[in-house]
Amino acid sequence: MLHDMNPEDIVGDFQEVTLDLYGGFKRRILYTEIETSYPDGKLIVSTTDKEGVITHVNQSFIEMSGFTEDELIDTPHSILRHPDMPPAAFKDLWDTVNTGVKWQGFVKNLRKDGGYYWVKATVIPNVRDGEVVGYTSVRRKPSRTKVEECIKLYPTLF
Amino acid sequence: MSYQFTVSPDFTPSHLSGWYIFNTWLQNQTDNAIHLEMYNDFHEQRDAIEADNVDLIYANPFDAAQLVREKGFKPLVKSAGESDEAIIAVNADNHVEDVAHLESGLRVAVTDDPDVRMMGMIMLEPGDLDETNIEEIPSDTYVIVAKHLLKNEADAGIFLAESYDELSKMIRSQLRILVRSQISVIHHSLMIGPKLLDQREKIHDILINMNNDAKGRGVLESLGFEQWQTVDDDEMEFMIDLMDTLTM
Repeated sequence: MLHDMNPEDIVGDFQEVTLDLYGGFKRRILYTEIETSYPDGKLIVSTTDKEGVITHVNQSFIEMSGFTEDELIDTPHSILRHPDMPPAAFKDLWDTVNTGVKWQGFVKNLRKDGGYYWVKATVIPNVRDGEVVGYTSVRRKPSRTKVEECIKLYPTLF
Repeated sequence: MSYQFTVSPDFTPSHLSGWYIFNTWLQNQTDNAIHLEMYNDFHEQRDAIEADNVDLIYANPFDAAQLVREKGFKPLVKSAGESDEAIIAVNADNHVEDVAHLESGLRVAVTDDPDVRMMGMIMLEPGDLDETNIEEIPSDTYVIVAKHLLKNEADAGIFLAESYDELSKMIRSQLRILVRSQISVIHHSLMIGPKLLDQREKIHDILINMNNDAKGRGVLESLGFEQWQTVDDDEMEFMIDLMDTLTM
């Protein structure tokens, strides 16, 4: 279940916005300008069901997102959705993976404490016996050049 | 009936005799005739898998998808507590502190171990480096990767972390680690093919209990392992999905 963000969890000065998320959810987002840099050598891995609800996370996901495993499992992946990410990017993601093809892109993710971290994300549909049963997403350290390009591009996509 | 066992060609050379000892032990324990065939490279091994000549394999994670999805293999065990990790290292005299500061045209010494190469290439990405703007220096072994670095014939080397850690102290003192992966979920696995599947539970139990007697422990030691740990179908599916995500 996806809850509004709690001011008590936020570290530093924050702004507030309400986002419309996939599945008709609305969520109150509290976000700061504090970046956590992606650690060298790690991969963040998660799987979701067909509806984008998280079914598996690895330790790096827990560490970088700031959530506990219990808070992440059975929760929509959009718990990471940052207001600076244009909806067009996620539409492209879903349109791509729904055709059975891998999607790759650079994503600014929201942390539980209101901060953010940039990733290079790859998402594939998990196909069993010809049917999509869920999705696997792997995030890795992005190049700073690509992140700087996205910082310029994404505000133009709203 | 005789079965064929093979080991991923990227095994540590010092453990070659260990795999023959293990195969003899396994034949005695399971009352199966098992022939150990060691292929020279991944290409030869994949041809054998394709031709259905392999019944038991200590497999590189890169091959797990084909084995499970196309050839009906199932996982048995992995070396307990171990995973495949990669290291990017440079000559100790190289002043670069961060992968992000490496530059286009980089000469990278690399073996043909597919999972290590993949992890290494991922770790070069933060420096805007990929296959299109580096020069790969193919190397037969990790010792040769190290030699290329020491002779300044390569600017960076991609190592299996375990093999890097086994380099002599003198060689390591002349190298410097830029980044070591901490992925934890990519590992080699002992996998069983369709002709042996009716013995899966029996063989699994024999392997899991292998460290409970002195002889079994000795055999494990010759492989450089402490004990085997179960890999269930879900864990294998998760690893295959992860590998698919990184390679497709």
